Amino acid sequence: RARSRRRAEQAGDMEMAEDNLASVDHILLVLSGKGGVGKSTITTELALALRNAGKKVGILDIDLCGPSIPRMLNVVHSAVHQCDAGWVPVYVDSDKTMCLMSIGFLLESPDDAVIWRGPKKTALIKQFISDVAWGELDYLIVDTPPGTSDEHISVVEALRQHKPDGALLVTTPQAVSIGDVRRELTFCKKTGLPVIGIIENMSGFVCPNCSECTNVFSRGGGEALAEQSGVPFLGCVPLDPQLTHSLEDGRDFIQAFPKSAAFDAINKIMAKILNNDNEFSAHNT
Amino acid sequence: EEPVTPGSRRPEARYGKGRQQRMADVPSNAPEHCPGTASEDAGKVSACQGCPNQALCASGASKAPDPAIQEIKEKMMSVKHKILVLSGKGGVGKSTVSAHLAHGIASDDTKQVALLDVDICGPSIPKMMGVEGEQVHQSGSGWSPVYVEENLGVMSVGFLLSSLDDAIIWRGPKKNGLIKQFLRDVDWGEVDYLIVDTPPGTSDEHLSIVQYLSATPVDGAVIITTPQEVSLQDVRKEINFCQKVKLPIIGVIENMSGFVCPKCQHESQIFPPTTGGAMKMCKDLNIPFLGKVPLDPRIGKSCDEGKSFLSEIPDSSASVAYKDIVKRIQEHCDTHSSEVEKNA
Repeated sequence: RARSRRRAEQAGDMEMAEDNLASVDHILLVLSGKGGVGKSTITTELALALRNAGKKVGILDIDLCGPSIPRMLNVVHSAVHQCDAGWVPVYVDSDKTMCLMSIGFLLESPDDAVIWRGPKKTALIKQFISDVAWGELDYLIVDTPPGTSDEHISVVEALRQHKPDGALLVTTPQAVSIGDVRRELTFCKKTGLPVIGIIENMSGFVCPNCSECTNVFSRGGGEALAEQSGVPFLGCVPLDPQLTHSLEDGRDFIQAFPKSAAFDAINKIMAKILNNDNEFSAHNT
Repeated sequence: EEPVTPGSRRPEARYGKGRQQRMADVPSNAPEHCPGTASEDAGKVSACQGCPNQALCASGASKAPDPAIQEIKEKMMSVKHKILVLSGKGGVGKSTVSAHLAHGIASDDTKQVALLDVDICGPSIPKMMGVEGEQVHQSGSGWSPVYVEENLGVMSVGFLLSSLDDAIIWRGPKKNGLIKQFLRDVDWGEVDYLIVDTPPGTSDEHLSIVQYLSATPVDGAVIITTPQEVSLQDVRKEINFCQKVKLPIIGVIENMSGFVCPKCQHESQIFPPTTGGAMKMCKDLNIPFLGKVPLDPRIGKSCDEGKSFLSEIPDSSASVAYKDIVKRIQEHCDTHSSEVEKNA
């Protein structure tokens, strides 16, 4: 926790009492210009992989219109409690190695639409950053909605003083997705957010009957974009309907994930992120 | 730790339906019990004391309708049918459906079709319609749409960007301004069908498009989903949104519904309907179900190449499904307009 201590010293004692992110070592943002490419799925899978590797992980879901993560981790009906430092995030397991904050917990019914304009969304996101008592975490992963608008501008601004490690950009292989992700790369450049790398999701489907691999959403786009833009390509994650099935149920996903085809791919991506973080920490020492 | 109880000091409470409605028009600098700028009590109740917006609200200016709404009403008089393509969820195929709905209707030469893309952060329509890189021209009568066919015109923020890497990093108010311009300043001419492609969510773009079209009849919303619960969860919110803003729902399309392996023809459910899919949701909510479109890799390929899947592979089960859905939507619009004429 050397980095947290250094940050706390810089912030000064007064501010540390109020800085709920003081004991969070690494902050990652999962972005995509494109909707439906698997940001929430990849966020959840990455968080589980990191937890598997012995890390304490928190997830902040700032998709206010479509909060998907509570269902994926089977904590839909959980309530948010309050403590002295602010709101307590919802723990998904009894040993408290993984926690989550999402607007999903603040709605009376999961079907309630959050029909807010930008300023209201910005206000809640700032609260999620400053008023949630995250405690000691190795990683905080921030899941975002698609786009380059209020949520993204606000979260980058609010996190700036906490020096996030950077962004993971998720895409599917097709040109239509790549077209939007390029804009997200521009967003990162303009806002000074480092890009850790690009992940290509839904990369191929293996027919369970004949094992023929079909490129349902085309192929190769993610890697080509990474090369073109000069950012690291972190890897491909295949389409895995069995995993999708258990993700839907939430209940089994945490157990099913380590046995799935996607697990290997995610672990390899996680290894690259851990490597990148070691370099990052070394650079900042 | 203590559970959150009503009245305990916490920044935001649990969001019930009524409270959310009011919160949509509570400015960020308003006091805790702000009644909402559109409320009858705006500027007049005790909670308003000391609020910087009090004078404005009390004068009624915050409730005065935007003059653009009237201008848009006049502009839209030459547009017979208006369809919004919505989904709470991203990546379910809104733009794909919008593009193919436009192509499908425009296959009839006698119909004039307009496709408006209000996804300001992620405008996919230019690419899908094969007109990426085109620019918008301005004339005396306004902005000219980009014509894909003689009877099919398109407008998107994509045409206003000079590079494919350009990002539009705007907060809500600026996006709303552009949507207003798209509706008021584009010279669509006489149009049979205006199809509006939207971004995912229930936020600024959706509120604005409904608000700016509030003085003109809108046929309704076509809602897109995939079969899984993670999509349906967001789509129910979108349906909730439509009900709140009184936008009629033409029906729901279940996209990416089943995948047939090109080698062995075995059908898999890549996006499984673990909670019954769209059909069950429509039955539960008493909303029309328009049909299912299967997941065919050639659709994505056509979109990437800017071609119409309906012309490229007309005999595929996906094309057949699309054409059937287009027919149903047109039938709904025709019935709807004859009812409107009857009641006028």
